[in-house]
Amino acid sequence: MSNIKYILGSFGDPDEMLTGIKKLQENNISIYDVYTPMPIHGIEAKLGVKRSRLDIAAFFFGITGTITMLTGVYLATVVDWPVNIGGKTHFAFPDFVPITFELTILFCAFGLVGSYYASTHLFPGRAPRVMDLRATDDRFVIAIDAKQNAEHDKIDELLKSAGALEVKHNERKYVSYE
Amino acid sequence: MGTHHYNLSEQFEFTGKVKSLSIAGIVVGIAAIAYGLMGDHVSHERTFANLLLMGYYFACVCMSATFFLAIQFVAQAGWSASILRVPQAMAKNLPLAALLLIVITGLGLYTHNLYHHWHAEGLTDKGSENYDAIIAGKSAFLNVPFFMIRQFVFMGSYAIFAHFVTKWSYNEDLSGGLTSYNKSFKYSCIFLVIYGFTTPIFAFDNIMSLEAHWFSTMFGWYNFASMWVSTLAIIAIIIILLRKAGYMSWVNNSHLHNLGQFIFGFSIFWTYVWFAQFLLIYYANMSEETVYFYKRFNSYEFWFYLNIVLNFLSPLLLLMDRDNKRSENILLTVAIIVVCGHWVDYYQMIMPGVFEYGPKDGSGFGILEIGIAAGFVGLFVFTVLSALSKKPMVAKNHPFLQESLNHHL
Repeated sequence: MSNIKYILGSFGDPDEMLTGIKKLQENNISIYDVYTPMPIHGIEAKLGVKRSRLDIAAFFFGITGTITMLTGVYLATVVDWPVNIGGKTHFAFPDFVPITFELTILFCAFGLVGSYYASTHLFPGRAPRVMDLRATDDRFVIAIDAKQNAEHDKIDELLKSAGALEVKHNERKYVSYE
Repeated sequence: MGTHHYNLSEQFEFTGKVKSLSIAGIVVGIAAIAYGLMGDHVSHERTFANLLLMGYYFACVCMSATFFLAIQFVAQAGWSASILRVPQAMAKNLPLAALLLIVITGLGLYTHNLYHHWHAEGLTDKGSENYDAIIAGKSAFLNVPFFMIRQFVFMGSYAIFAHFVTKWSYNEDLSGGLTSYNKSFKYSCIFLVIYGFTTPIFAFDNIMSLEAHWFSTMFGWYNFASMWVSTLAIIAIIIILLRKAGYMSWVNNSHLHNLGQFIFGFSIFWTYVWFAQFLLIYYANMSEETVYFYKRFNSYEFWFYLNIVLNFLSPLLLLMDRDNKRSENILLTVAIIVVCGHWVDYYQMIMPGVFEYGPKDGSGFGILEIGIAAGFVGLFVFTVLSALSKKPMVAKNHPFLQESLNHHL
């Protein structure tokens, strides 16, 4: 048993990479992930990536902000220190709509930045997890889990025939821990 | 991608039930107007208030359809290239709509059924017992000749642009090339500048001057938001219904998604402007400003809150989800709610200015409201669908047509 963990096919052109994906899928070889330096339209559907749940998270971060602000305002203007301002009720809701809106946006934005860091393992001080550094520059990389797909020679051949400039057999998942 | 078999010379046939229903609507409208004009003075005023409401709505929708076309050209938008014939059919009716609104406001001024707050005997004569210092101070702007000149100049300039931008698109069908597109782009830029500066004044003239003592600088943008979002909703309704009738097979979920985003976003924008106007007045609490909301809170409370429910809460909750924007039926439902909602919006802008104390003064919701609304809806459907049926349903030589046919979000 070899120690190869991942096979990476490195392409110089997005169309060739799409051909590579098609060939691998035709041969029932499961693709672990694809890394590209730029967004490629429609690739999620091709790879069967599930729809992001970021919008649901955004909604709940936002509603947390709304509730926080309204609770805070209520505690300050009604419970703790009621002041008569222009004869209005203490909890004059329209007055606090703008600030509630702002806090909704703020919580939503901070929450999403946090979710993004958590899901991508990016955090100040942490080494980023990258399988091939050139995928952040000028290469389009298909990663295949070598343990799940036994026919390594066939994978190499398919990737090369699709136009891969380079095929790597990596013994570790990420190259960027150091 | 790239392989599709759409019939690009498809033409709409305007016949059958839709045609007879729209004609029936027009007949109902004329009957309602006649019924209103046979009544007493209050009934006259109510008829004119409703005519102003629907005439303004009709003109605004046709104007904003022209604005939609101009925006697409200036932004060099590709997604909309295949649906442009629908707003074009609406823009083609702008001359008619403009003429109707001019006739309604002119007759309203002449018979003193509209705008009598600033147009009445002796309002600006110092010796007269009717003398009103505030109106006299505004009379350099608010006088009948200048008012009518503004109506003609503003709507006339929109109508001229609407005429040419549709004509160039039809020329493009015949000759192809980029000449028409470049011309449309150039004149769209000029049109947007004119439109942006004049629509607030247009709204001040037609609606805000009903209560000429009160003013709000937000009012123009508030009206702009109303007319724009209701137009987007009407475009969506027409496209979805055409699709259900088997036309425009090239319109896919992504086009609907774009329209849904537009309706969602501009409903929020409408709320933002509406609320900005309300909050400043509420917060400052100055009597000369709060009088506007005083009338609406006391005699039109139901309409005031219904307005927010229809125009803010329903699009917010129903269109927030991505799948809902892409669903034909949900988008159609929300668009119909928004179109009705902006009728309510105009209703509570106009009626308290005419009948200060609500039903006690003679306003309400009955035969006149429903009949005149049906009349204008019938007229709108009839004229727009006739215009649509005269030309192919897609501008086949539009330079961005392929992008639109392959549109995918």
